[in-house]
Amino acid sequence: MHLSIDRDRCIGAGMCALTAPEVFDQDAEDGLVVLRTAAPPPGLHAGARLAAGLCPAAALTVTEQDGAGSSPPGEQ
Amino acid sequence: MQHEQIAPSDLSAPSDLSAPATGQTAHQAAAQPEPVTLPLTRAAGCPFDPPAELAELREQQPLRPMRYPDGHVGWLATGHAVTRAIAADPRFSSRYELLRLPLPGGPPGPLPPAQIGDLTGIDAPEHTRYRRLLAGKFTVRRMRLLTERVEQITADHLDAMERQGPVVDLVQAFAHPVPALMICELLGVPQSDRAGFQEHAAVLSSPDAGLEAQMAALTALTECVGELVPAKRAHPTDDLLSDLTTSELTDEELAGIGGFLLAAGLDTTANMLGLGTFALLSHPEQAAALRADPGLADQAVEELLRYLSIAHTGVRAALEDVELDGQLIKAGDTVTVSVSAANRDPLKFPDPDTLDLQRKATGHLAFGHGAHQCLGQQLARVEMRVAFPALFRRFPTLRLAVPPEDVPLRDAMNIHGVYQLPVTWDKE
Ligand code: SF4
Repeated sequence: MHLSIDRDRCIGAGMCALTAPEVFDQDAEDGLVVLRTAAPPPGLHAGARLAAGLCPAAALTVTEQDGAGSSPPGEQ
Repeated sequence: MQHEQIAPSDLSAPSDLSAPATGQTAHQAAAQPEPVTLPLTRAAGCPFDPPAELAELREQQPLRPMRYPDGHVGWLATGHAVTRAIAADPRFSSRYELLRLPLPGGPPGPLPPAQIGDLTGIDAPEHTRYRRLLAGKFTVRRMRLLTERVEQITADHLDAMERQGPVVDLVQAFAHPVPALMICELLGVPQSDRAGFQEHAAVLSSPDAGLEAQMAALTALTECVGELVPAKRAHPTDDLLSDLTTSELTDEELAGIGGFLLAAGLDTTANMLGLGTFALLSHPEQAAALRADPGLADQAVEELLRYLSIAHTGVRAALEDVELDGQLIKAGDTVTVSVSAANRDPLKFPDPDTLDLQRKATGHLAFGHGAHQCLGQQLARVEMRVAFPALFRRFPTLRLAVPPEDVPLRDAMNIHGVYQLPVTWDKE
């Protein structure tokens, strides 16, 4: 799994940091999303997908390993 | 925030490109159904359920024509997927001056434009600019740092309640003052000014105040904040307002934003705490589960947000023709989204009308969706995660002191809640 973020879209709502804190954080200054890891271990995949689906601004993109990935995935 | 009654906000109303059902052909319905009016009346004895007609409308057609009180024919969204799609789609505007009020009592035609600092009624790029300046002050991390302070304020008020009662009005004693104190402290409103602020805020949440009185109260609130700004510039203290004086914002913008944040902070979580307690007291087995397992608090809060959807209605206006859900929404049409109906959509939440604290309610739209999703949601979460369990643990025998049908509901308001909640308990 590969993750990418679009800070231009992000509105700093924090759904990502709330849902998958091991993967996403928020910048202390502007509140925008910060990626803690672009390639989370398998144990964090479900959380990362859920967070991407919940993001109100569609700022998170998940690409699955086989390249068949999507952006952003539907919620859960 | 008089307009909160329609577009409850940044602090609340609802959006998304990924939602399904957008790819169908327009006009697939052979005959367009007659426009409905927005159902507003909750069934007697069901203070927590949205008006029953909304469920029927959602079942028939989750996006359908609606006649507005001023005669405009626009749209009503009741399904979860379509509500989410609308809220996330920048082709739908939040600008008040493009919107018709879905609730009676508004002006004929569109609303007046948003006052400076009211984030609810503006679009990008103005909205983005403000949002960027504020988002860093309301992050998950920052709000979690306030947990201890919330715990302390909560405990203080529970102590006072214990000394005072039983019987006490939970709204006066607890639901209202806890979030009020938090937002005042966060913004840096001095103790001596708080009474005045709350007076204006009370008008904003009063059932009898008309639109005009509410606008005046918001202006007054903004003026009060405006008076604080020079002092904060001269002698910055450790608070949000002082913090913001170092940004590019003008005094006028600072006052407007401060007034907006105060109004939002005073009248949202308070209603969740009041109505949420009422809901838990009406579902004793759920209250017992929360009391038994404090670890349940996080998901309990999400479920209460979903189930109660206090900011029940949001509004947008189409900036261009938009094909959605097999319908053609024309540029200029107002679209009302029923957040409360969307959060009871069985396609998203099985058995949606049951309050079930064990459920994973993630994906609810109670804080809205899209660029306007609630700015203060992480603060609200911290407050509720602390307050509900603390209340039920402190008073294990907490119960209503009046029959449930005597609890006065904020039925006519844009934010649902209770005006009073008389409660009692067994003294040890
Ligand atoms: S959930 Fe989306 S909008 Fe919110 S902080 Fe994360 S990336 Fe930004």
